[in-house]
Amino acid sequence: MSETNYLTTDYTLRSWFLTTDHKRIAILYFASLIFFFFIGGAAATAMRIELATPQADLVSSDAYNRLFTMHGIIMVWFFLIPSIPNTLGNFIVPLMIGARDLAFPRLNLMSWYIFMLGGSTTLFAIFAGGIDTGWTFYTPFSTLYSNSYVIVAAAGVFIAGFSSILTGLNFIVTIHRLRAPGLTWYRLPLFLWSLYATSVILVLATPVLAITLLLMATERFFGVGIFDPRIGGDPLLFQHLFWFYSHPAVYIMILPGMGVINELVSCFSRKQVFGYKFVAWCSLAIAAVGFLVWGHHMFVSGQSLVASLVFSFMSFIVAVPSAIKVFNWTATLHKGSIHFDAPMLYALAFIGLFTIGGLTGLFLACLAFDVHATDTYFVVAHFHYIMVGGMVTAYFGGLHYWWPKITGRLYSEYWARTAAVLIFFGFNLTFFPQFILGAEGMPRRYHVYPPEFQVWNVLSSGGAAILAVAYLMPLFYLGYSAFFGKRAPANPWDAPGLEWQTSSPPPEFNFTTQPLVTRAPYQYNEAFEAKPQNA
Amino acid sequence: MWVFIATEVLLFGGLILAYFVYRHAFPQGFAEGSRHTEIVIGTANTAVLLTSSFLVAWAVEIFSPATTRIVTWLLVGAACLGLVFIALKGIEYSREYDEHLVPGIDFQFAGPLANGVQLFFIFYFIATAIHALHMLIGICLLVTLATICRRAPTTRHHTALHSAALYWHFVDVVWIFLFALIYLPGRSS
Repeated sequence: MSETNYLTTDYTLRSWFLTTDHKRIAILYFASLIFFFFIGGAAATAMRIELATPQADLVSSDAYNRLFTMHGIIMVWFFLIPSIPNTLGNFIVPLMIGARDLAFPRLNLMSWYIFMLGGSTTLFAIFAGGIDTGWTFYTPFSTLYSNSYVIVAAAGVFIAGFSSILTGLNFIVTIHRLRAPGLTWYRLPLFLWSLYATSVILVLATPVLAITLLLMATERFFGVGIFDPRIGGDPLLFQHLFWFYSHPAVYIMILPGMGVINELVSCFSRKQVFGYKFVAWCSLAIAAVGFLVWGHHMFVSGQSLVASLVFSFMSFIVAVPSAIKVFNWTATLHKGSIHFDAPMLYALAFIGLFTIGGLTGLFLACLAFDVHATDTYFVVAHFHYIMVGGMVTAYFGGLHYWWPKITGRLYSEYWARTAAVLIFFGFNLTFFPQFILGAEGMPRRYHVYPPEFQVWNVLSSGGAAILAVAYLMPLFYLGYSAFFGKRAPANPWDAPGLEWQTSSPPPEFNFTTQPLVTRAPYQYNEAFEAKPQNA
Repeated sequence: MWVFIATEVLLFGGLILAYFVYRHAFPQGFAEGSRHTEIVIGTANTAVLLTSSFLVAWAVEIFSPATTRIVTWLLVGAACLGLVFIALKGIEYSREYDEHLVPGIDFQFAGPLANGVQLFFIFYFIATAIHALHMLIGICLLVTLATICRRAPTTRHHTALHSAALYWHFVDVVWIFLFALIYLPGRSS
C-alpha cells in the first residue's frame, strides 16, 4: 500500500496535537483512555488484594475509602462514559455515514483538550491526597464532614462534562446532516442509532450533573447550607439531582456497547439483525425511559412510598427494550452461519453477562428485595456485570472488530481468542461470588469483613488476578500488531458497511469518491470463509 | 445551536427545580428574601436586556452585504447594553453586600425566617452569577461578530449571526424567568 493514509500524512507531534481529523482525535482519546483504565484498574487491584483476607493488612480504612472513590470516579467519568463514543464512535461514525469528518472537527479536538483538563484536575485531586466520599459525592458528608479534595475532584468531573456535551452535540448534528446520499434513517447501521440515543442523553443529562456539582462545591466552599438540614437544606435533593444525571449515565455507558454488539453479531452470523426497526427504536426508548427511573437508587433514602412504587414500576418498564434487544440478538444468531472469530467471542460474552446483569437489575427493582440488598455486594456485582461484563467487553469486541480498519494491521487471532476466553472466565470468577456475598449480607465499601465470607472473597480476588492478566494481554498483542502485524486488506470481514469500502487505514478524508447508498444495512454474503491470517 | 440551547435549558432547569423545592418548603422566607431585592435595578435590567435582544433581532433581520455598517452598529449597541446590564448587576451586588445579605461571606439576618431568606439569597447569587457569566460570553460573541461584519461579511456568516442571536435571546429568556422568580414573589401581598 503505497498511497498515504491518515497515519502517514504527517509525522510531527504538532500534526497530532492540533489535528482536526476525527480519526487522529479518536487515537488521542484511545491513548488517554488506556491510561485512565489502568489507573482505575490499579485501584481495583489494590482493593481486591486487601479483601483477600478478613483483616486489614494492606491499607487503612481511610485509604480504602480513597481507593474505591478513585476507582469509581476514574472508571465512570474517565473511562466508561467516553470509552466507545469517543474512541470507536469518533473513528467510525463519519466512515459509517460516508462523510469526510464530523460536523464540527475543531469542536471535536477542543473536547479532547477539555477532557484532558478535567482528567488532570481529577488526577491532581487523587495524588494530592484523594477523595473519600465515594464516586457519588453524597451530601452532607461531601459538603460538611469530608476532609479531602472534594472540590478539586468535582471540578475535574464538571470540566469533563463539557467534553461529553460537546461530543454528544457533534454526533447529533453529524448524524442529522452528513449522511451520504441514499443513507436514510432506516439504512443506518444500528451502532449509529445507539450512539444517537447516547448523544441525546449526554446533551440532556450532563448539564444537570454540572449544576448539582456546582451547588455542592458552592456549599462546601462558602459554608452555606444548600443541602445542609441544619439551616433548612435538604440532602435528599442532592440525591435526586445527582441520580437524575447518573441513572441516564448508566445508559450512556451501556447503549454504545449494545450498538457495537449489533454490528458484531450480524457480521459473524452473516445475517441481518433480526427486527432492525425494533432494535433501533429500543435504543431511543431506553434513552427516554432512562430519564424516569432515577429514584430506584433511593429506595431506602426516605423518599415517599408512592415515589418508590412508581420508580420501581418504571424500572421494570425500562428493562423491556433491553430485553427486546437480547432476544433479537439471539434471533439473529438463529440459523446464522456463525464464525467464532475473536470479536464474536466478545459479543457472545457480552450477551451472556449482560443478561445476568440485567436480570439481577430486575431483582433490585423490586422494593422488598432491594431493601435487603441495598449497599451490599449484590449491587456491586450487578452493576459490574453491566458495566464491565457488558460495556468493557463490548469495547474490546469493537476494538478487535475495527482494529484492522484503524491500524491497517491484523492482530494475532490466537492470542485474541485466548484473551477473550480468559476475560470471560476471570470476570465471572471475580464477580459471581459477589452476588452470593451480597445475598448473604456483606456490605460494600468496608475493608474488613467477618471470616465466614472469606471463601467467596478469595475466589473473587483470584478471579480479579486472572482478569487483570487478561486485560493486560491486548496491550501486548494489539500493540505488537500495530507495528509488526500483517497488512490488513480493506475489508477483512467481507462486511457491507460503508466503513469497509475504503482502504485500511482510511485516507485523510476517508473516501476518494462520495459513496452512494442504495440498500439496507447488513446485507451479508453468506459464503464468507476468508478469515484473517494469524500474524 | 438548538441542541446546545437544550443543554443550557437543562442546566438552568436543575437550578430552578432546586429553587422551587425550597420555595415550597419556605414560602415566607422566600417571599421575605424577595422583598429585600432591588426591584428597581432588576426592572431596569430587564428593559436593558429586552432592548438589546431587539437590536440583535433587528440585525439578523436586515443582514445583507449592503447593510454591514448598520448591522455592525446594532451588534455593538447590543453588546454595550449587555455591559450596562453587568454594571447595574454589580451595583446591585454591592448594595446587597452593604446590607449583609451575601451568604457565606457576610450574612446577617435575624428572625424566624432567617433560614429561608438565606436559602433564597444563595439561589439568587448562584443563578444571577451563572447568568452574568453567560452574558459575558454573549458579549464576546457579539463583539466578535461585529468585527467580522465590519471587515468581510459573507453569507456564510449569516449562520454564525443566527446562532449568536439565538444564544443571546436564550440568555434574555432565562433572565425573564429569573426576574419573575427573584423579584416578584412576596411583592403582591
